[in-house]
Amino acid sequence: MDVVVCVKQVPDTEQPIRVRADGSGIDEQGLNWILNYYDEHAVEEALRVRERHGGTVTVVCVGPPRATEALRTALAMGADEAVHVWDPALEGADHLGVSRVLAEVVRRMPHDLVLCGRLATDDNASVVGAALAEYLGLAQATAIAKLEIGDGVATVEREVEGGVEVLRVPLPAVFTVERTINEPRYPTLPGIMKAKRKEIRTLSLQDLGLDPAQVGAAAARVRYARFDPPPRREAGRVVTPESPEEGARLIAQFLQDTAKVL
Amino acid sequence: MRFELTESQRLVYRAVEEFAARQVRPRAADWDREGRFPHEVIPQLAELGLLGLQVPEEYGGSGLDAVSAAVAVERIAWADGSLALTVASHNSLCTAHILLFGREEQKRRYLPRLARGEALGAWCLTEPHAGSDAAALQTRADRRGDRYVLNGTKAFVTQGSVAGVYVVLARTGGEGPGGITAFVVERGAPGLRVGKKEEKLGLRASDTAEVVFEDVEVPEENRLGAEGEGYAQAMRVLEGGRIGIGAMAVGIGRAALEAAVEYAKTRRAFGQPIAQFQAIQWMLADSAVELDAAWLLVLRAAWLVDQGLPFRKEASMAKLYASEAAHRATDRALQVHGGYGYIREYAVERYYRDVRLCEIGEGTSEIQRLIVAKAILRAT
Repeated sequence: MDVVVCVKQVPDTEQPIRVRADGSGIDEQGLNWILNYYDEHAVEEALRVRERHGGTVTVVCVGPPRATEALRTALAMGADEAVHVWDPALEGADHLGVSRVLAEVVRRMPHDLVLCGRLATDDNASVVGAALAEYLGLAQATAIAKLEIGDGVATVEREVEGGVEVLRVPLPAVFTVERTINEPRYPTLPGIMKAKRKEIRTLSLQDLGLDPAQVGAAAARVRYARFDPPPRREAGRVVTPESPEEGARLIAQFLQDTAKVL
Repeated sequence: MRFELTESQRLVYRAVEEFAARQVRPRAADWDREGRFPHEVIPQLAELGLLGLQVPEEYGGSGLDAVSAAVAVERIAWADGSLALTVASHNSLCTAHILLFGREEQKRRYLPRLARGEALGAWCLTEPHAGSDAAALQTRADRRGDRYVLNGTKAFVTQGSVAGVYVVLARTGGEGPGGITAFVVERGAPGLRVGKKEEKLGLRASDTAEVVFEDVEVPEENRLGAEGEGYAQAMRVLEGGRIGIGAMAVGIGRAALEAAVEYAKTRRAFGQPIAQFQAIQWMLADSAVELDAAWLLVLRAAWLVDQGLPFRKEASMAKLYASEAAHRATDRALQVHGGYGYIREYAVERYYRDVRLCEIGEGTSEIQRLIVAKAILRAT
């Protein structure tokens, strides 16, 4: 089983995220960049497939030079190889552009299975995995919570409203994974040192035979108009009831009349 | 000159921080209150690679550079000073002594067990009547045929009651530093006994005990290096260990500063958060500056190790400054908390107690000043 995992580097959401004063994007100064959580689960699932069925795990990332750290994290978890694609023309590329680049990378390497996170925690778009499958002409299932590999076929489960959907999908296929699929391992310190010695292959658009006009900013169908910070949370209202009964009545009244949830 | 960690050093930082935040930080207050060595977390430390930080991979270790090792200790200390002392002393004293001065066969025998956490390491130098004046130690190692017989008492031994492997400094020759030799003694050796367990001010979840040797027979093959080399070996081991204590101090200091910042932003007095008062702001700023300076000194010393350059003076400077800066940072953090800083419910109370050891262990502040002064006077 040769598994390819597509990953993205995103800002650590445990830190405060600030919007630039001119609304053109988020302020990247002092941000911590990490491997997208959902992609961590995709890497973990790929490693488990390799442990059960043998083969290789290759991680691929499209992103600026700093994104190699996300690849290094995946290598430290145990991935075999890493490919980093960057080209200044990709600055401002949209999800479809990135998907086309990824498709070109995946097409050039053995792939029985392609895994992505269900979404990236920066823009929550959930586009790249699905678009990648389209560009590759492969079957796909999104947000899978369970994966079992059979003979030329995978059985996957999706959590849907009121139940579980079980799909049998011919391989090779593209799956995006839900966070419930597994518990990712920590990269260990010896793992980090081993990953340090592994080479990350870097490719440009030219290396992939891609035209910047078709995948870069020029081809983007999505442009960000403006970023606004979320509205400030207002201070809570404190009530000081005379008795528990009165407190309950005041809260019920608030839920009914103000919050309108009852 | 680049003032940033490398990619792999950042990954070490993040991996250890994540582990420390999830598995250590939430339990540190309980371990402290119970004054109990957290045996249950040792396998996790080993799995992550924290028990063989700088042990090469061929001996089952993590093979980290000195900067990464300092980063790892700092992050553990940020979560729990006690566990940081366990990790730092296990790695930089006992394990480092065998790594630096053991023969190939000794390294193969002990390092994998230490790195995998099958045995914790203890290092026995200090005695009830020989602390800073280590060359005055009195524990004897008398030669009988192809063995040595050890007699004496070692004091303030970290991991004293829980270790599986002890490196012991004992006297094989005459008085002074030239008569001292190092040995490896394993737990269970007849005559090796754990004495009094110490009730400490802080770092109460780290194990500190007296270790007593009564006619303990040690085969010659357990001697580290030649007779008479022990004291010089021990001084070299301590140089490295000081970087670990410096890192540990910074970690505790940073935890205290974070707690102070958080508290100052939420605690209100006279109609506003106390963070608005300049008296509070100055305390926070002073701690931030001093802890940064301390961390840079620690990193510089570790960097020298990685370059293969001399680092004795720099390690002493880092340990001295970091331990005193972190002491001040925890003191200010406690003050920012007012009365709440003085009670157990708030972590700063623990940080204040824990950090104090950093000015004493692995060479007191006075000894560090002596080393720095000696180096300056020799150079001019």
